[in-house]
Amino acid sequence: MNMSTFKGGTHVPGYKELTQGLATIPAKIPNKLYIPVSQHIGAPCIPLVQIGDEVKKGQKIAEGKGFVTAPIHSSVSGKVLAIEKKQHPGGNFVNCIVIENDGKEEWADTVQPNSNPEELSSEEIRKIVFEAGIVGLGGATFPTHVKYAPVENKQAEFIILNGVECEPYITADHRIMLEKPERIIAGLRYKLRSTGCKKGIIAIEENKLDAIEKLTKLCELEENIEVIALKEKYPQGSEKQLIFACTGREVPVGGLPLDAGVIVNNVATAVAVADAIELGIPLIERITTLSGDGIKKPANYLVRIGTLFSDLIEESGGFTGDIDKIISGGLMMGKTVFTDDIPIVKGSSGIVVLKKQLGVDGKEYNCVRCAKCVDACPMFLEPTTIVKLAKRGLWEEAEKNNIMSCIECGSCVYVCPASIPLVQYIRRAKLAIGAARAKARSNGGKK
Amino acid sequence: MANKDNLLVVSSSPHIHSSNNVSNSMRDVIVALIPALIAALYYFHFAALKVIVTCIVVAIISEYISQKMMKRDITIKDSSAILTGLLLAFCLPPSIPLWIAAIGSAVAIIIGKQMFGGLGNNIFNPALIGRGFLLASWPVAMTNWTAPFDGVTTATPLGMIKESVVQELPSISQLFMGNVGGCIGETSALALIIGGLYLLVKGHIDWRIPFSYLGTVFALTAIVGVANGEGSWFPLYHLFAGGLLLGAFFMATDWVTSPITKKGRIIFGIGCGLLTVLIRLKGGFPEGVCYSILLMNMVTPLIDRYTKARVLGGVRQHA
Repeated sequence: MNMSTFKGGTHVPGYKELTQGLATIPAKIPNKLYIPVSQHIGAPCIPLVQIGDEVKKGQKIAEGKGFVTAPIHSSVSGKVLAIEKKQHPGGNFVNCIVIENDGKEEWADTVQPNSNPEELSSEEIRKIVFEAGIVGLGGATFPTHVKYAPVENKQAEFIILNGVECEPYITADHRIMLEKPERIIAGLRYKLRSTGCKKGIIAIEENKLDAIEKLTKLCELEENIEVIALKEKYPQGSEKQLIFACTGREVPVGGLPLDAGVIVNNVATAVAVADAIELGIPLIERITTLSGDGIKKPANYLVRIGTLFSDLIEESGGFTGDIDKIISGGLMMGKTVFTDDIPIVKGSSGIVVLKKQLGVDGKEYNCVRCAKCVDACPMFLEPTTIVKLAKRGLWEEAEKNNIMSCIECGSCVYVCPASIPLVQYIRRAKLAIGAARAKARSNGGKK
Repeated sequence: MANKDNLLVVSSSPHIHSSNNVSNSMRDVIVALIPALIAALYYFHFAALKVIVTCIVVAIISEYISQKMMKRDITIKDSSAILTGLLLAFCLPPSIPLWIAAIGSAVAIIIGKQMFGGLGNNIFNPALIGRGFLLASWPVAMTNWTAPFDGVTTATPLGMIKESVVQELPSISQLFMGNVGGCIGETSALALIIGGLYLLVKGHIDWRIPFSYLGTVFALTAIVGVANGEGSWFPLYHLFAGGLLLGAFFMATDWVTSPITKKGRIIFGIGCGLLTVLIRLKGGFPEGVCYSILLMNMVTPLIDRYTKARVLGGVRQHA
């Protein structure tokens, strides 16, 4: 098989054997769910319910203003107990709507199957996707309906469904491709119709051969859907690298995939779209992988949004011993959290519990100019050069060296023999540059 | 909720690191030099061993003392000083007086490396600084060659070519195996190629520098050979004789002092090749690898600056 890929990158151990062969199991629905009002990129939603209100499963309980937003629905039927601040997997504290589950699983009236989904206009499809609160389930949580909205003078040609899942340990997308391949294709068909794209691509990394075979077989009769197998390399699932691997196109610096004529969505997002359009079900559950050497029974769970990390960990038999870190997301780009008292959100593709740090002694040595970071950078940057500038606060020079193009994939840190936290320095510098830009704008900006 | 009071470690991603580290890499380069070390001991016996041990010991002591004096962390454990000492010994004649070798090793570490700020900040390859210093200071001792096994005074193949006494040249197979006069670790082409391939396979060096360097030397000497009617042996002698293979695989590829861009590495290799051929054919010395690499080390920052890669999705930029 002649497989496509991108240039640069590195090879990271997968640790996927822990869960890739395990069928998704529905997680126990807890008695109390904590549903954050911010589960997407954009301003937080405003609660539509009050303490004491009865809510139904699938009922809209919070919505936002503006275009880049996604409403939030109750994942169970029950009663609103409180609206309180709680730590979010993203790290900050966010208002959560606390719902006491009554165990009746009563659907809201608004959840109605669509008798004739084939006749929906593209605008109607977008509206359903918006109302269902669907966001990118790969982790970026960008509201999906925004990606489909027509933009003047820009017509997407391809929709790429991202089934790469290049983060170690996580197998949620792998499982959904094996378990719901028809739903993925159904979702993709609606997406193609609503955007007028001529071709749909399902991109899968070669380490998921079973998923490649299954989807390829199902797509044999599809005229405009193709399954592309990609080389196993990190960060193959990163948007710009994925687009290059599948189409040979480059997203211009500062641009969006649409500027390259491409829309990228996660495979799980496609399933959510199909469910919303055909069954009227909003996004209230997702597949989350719970894995790592610190967890007794790693598993893939179908879990209601608002379930706590600790609920899942308990279901998996708890920790194997003293643990060091819990990572919300993957090893390469996930965020560590202080406690396990944190709700699962729409973007929670995985939770990794680590017993010990893998190979990091924490000490930073002199850069030896080995250029491994340069060779690994999938954006063709020179991480070492940028970091040397950033350490000295030379923001303008760092910008000239394209610091803002860094996708923070962490490949440079992974390969660095001097253990320099390159991407961490870059992140800090990007924040400072962003703040400086904002300040320049507010200081008149007339210059 | 086992951890309510006992908060977990938080850190910025990535949360995993490869097993790469500087010490491992240095040790791997030393491993890659073992075939050449065996060849050196086989051909030059105890004479080679004395020089090698002297250079390594002095390199470690120099590193320790200079870091102590400059109040830096002591990094002798990272094996880079051992490597520098070994590489320096490899490009010295087996008959070199030990005190000269010791001075070379101290210069390599103190002036070549620590005075620039230690590993990572040096502009020149430290071992070559040591050799360059000795060649300029004690040219006679540095060009006094002994034959393998018996230690009888002899000339090197490149010296013979320089002096146009080609009838005395050893055969290509002798040259390839290393049974010729020359520096301690440079005589056996076979051993160096094995070591170089090991480094390539392990990913410690990029193919671009050795291939462009060796390719340039081979191509240029082939052209000159044809033009002067020297025959097919001419480029092969230039490839296998002298310090070219050691230089191309182990010196020019030094991480610290070679370009970090891919295109830059090719330019660097071609530059080394051009200068080496120029010095060998037109210069006063029979061999030019050391000075070629040192000269190219000097322009490494410049090469890096003008060979920056185009960012994905961007247009080419110049510094």
